[in-house]
Amino acid sequence: MIGVQLATIALVGVTALFVVLTQDVLRQAIVYGIYGLTLVALFVVLQAPDVALSEIVVSTIAFPLVILATLAKVKRRDDRKK
Amino acid sequence: MTRRTRIALFLAGAAGFAVLLGFGVAGLSPFGHYPGPYGKVISRVEPSERHVTNVVAAVVFDYRGLDTMGEELILFCSVMGVALLLRETREHAAEHVRDPVESDALRAVGLAAVPAVVVLALYLIAHGYLTPGGGFQGGVVAASGLLLVWLAGEWRTLRSAGPQTLVDPAEAAGAAGFVAVGVGTLVAGGAFLENLLPLGTLGKLTSGGTIAIVNWLAGLEVAAAFVLLFIEFQTEVQVERQKDRAE
Amino acid sequence: MSYLPYALAVWLLLVGLLGIVISRNLIHLVICVTIVQSATYVLLLAIGYTSHGTAPIFADIPQTRKTVDPVVQALTLTDIVVSVTVAALLLALALKAHDRAGTLDPAELTEMRG
Repeated sequence: MIGVQLATIALVGVTALFVVLTQDVLRQAIVYGIYGLTLVALFVVLQAPDVALSEIVVSTIAFPLVILATLAKVKRRDDRKK
Repeated sequence: MTRRTRIALFLAGAAGFAVLLGFGVAGLSPFGHYPGPYGKVISRVEPSERHVTNVVAAVVFDYRGLDTMGEELILFCSVMGVALLLRETREHAAEHVRDPVESDALRAVGLAAVPAVVVLALYLIAHGYLTPGGGFQGGVVAASGLLLVWLAGEWRTLRSAGPQTLVDPAEAAGAAGFVAVGVGTLVAGGAFLENLLPLGTLGKLTSGGTIAIVNWLAGLEVAAAFVLLFIEFQTEVQVERQKDRAE
Repeated sequence: MSYLPYALAVWLLLVGLLGIVISRNLIHLVICVTIVQSATYVLLLAIGYTSHGTAPIFADIPQTRKTVDPVVQALTLTDIVVSVTVAALLLALALKAHDRAGTLDPAELTEMRG
């Protein structure tokens, strides 16, 4: 197996562990965006450009946006209750 | 049970599960030695059968069109679920909230980027069956282009650019259009979602028959669905902000 | 070594499940569910890969060139877009749970209130 494939596989595995071990949700949204980019690199190395295009837009724009909106609403409600 | 017992129980179970999964995965053919004939046959046969250069788009919209119709209906149902959950107990729709972006640099660069992103999205959808791209990818990019209008401008502009009376029917039209194409081919005498239109020449935009139509319908549905999702979630935040301001 | 991508898929599944078990926040839980889903994408694409195969787009390569499997790519790309919408539905449910119970901690949401 060539070096690029090994490197991307290792990168995806390590970043997934970081995503899971981040307990603060705001930080986790950003780290999830980075994890999505490592997945994109893996998909390109596996010769799948359509899948890589889907994953770029979804993991860097769509998903962090809904997470951040949910987090903003929850935080505002909690701040107001105090 | 306490958190610790839960984690310990999970680690024990995960060890056994990992052994089982490893045993299952070891039965696959080694990485790089794809055995099955189906992928090789489709790659060889597709350009002469459907006259489309992006084989993945032909598989998504033609050979496995029924699966894609199922996925589009899943998308439609989950967006409907989000709308039902979030629109139900809202006191007001937060349509006239004023929160303009203060920074001039952000406004200038952001709003100048909106037409570029929308054109890129339309290119991705239009050339989806010739080069990498397609309705799904381009639809999400189009929704993000519309979102830039809010991020670099004002909330009111986004609400007036994508009002509820426009976005909801657009999304429904995308999903229903897919099913309508299938029923249309049934009525015309072929199978459900069979490619009955003239197929055109390989490599031109006018190729693929029903693949081109279904591609655009999928792009419309995905774009409208994501715009609806973004607007629903952001309206929740704006409602909370208005409550803060009222106090 | 030739089974490494499949091992990566198994690793992602287990890491995602670990995240679900140790999670203290419903939003963190939804993100870990997404990681479990990405394990399936990696597995599918790894099964379809042929060595010295190229992307299945014939726009600028001769049609006799060996390509990777396009069917698994078709399954994966629709799945990625749809999984975000399902995750958004889960987040809307989490918002409603926070509405009723005032907390997003799964450990404190255990009892059903009538």
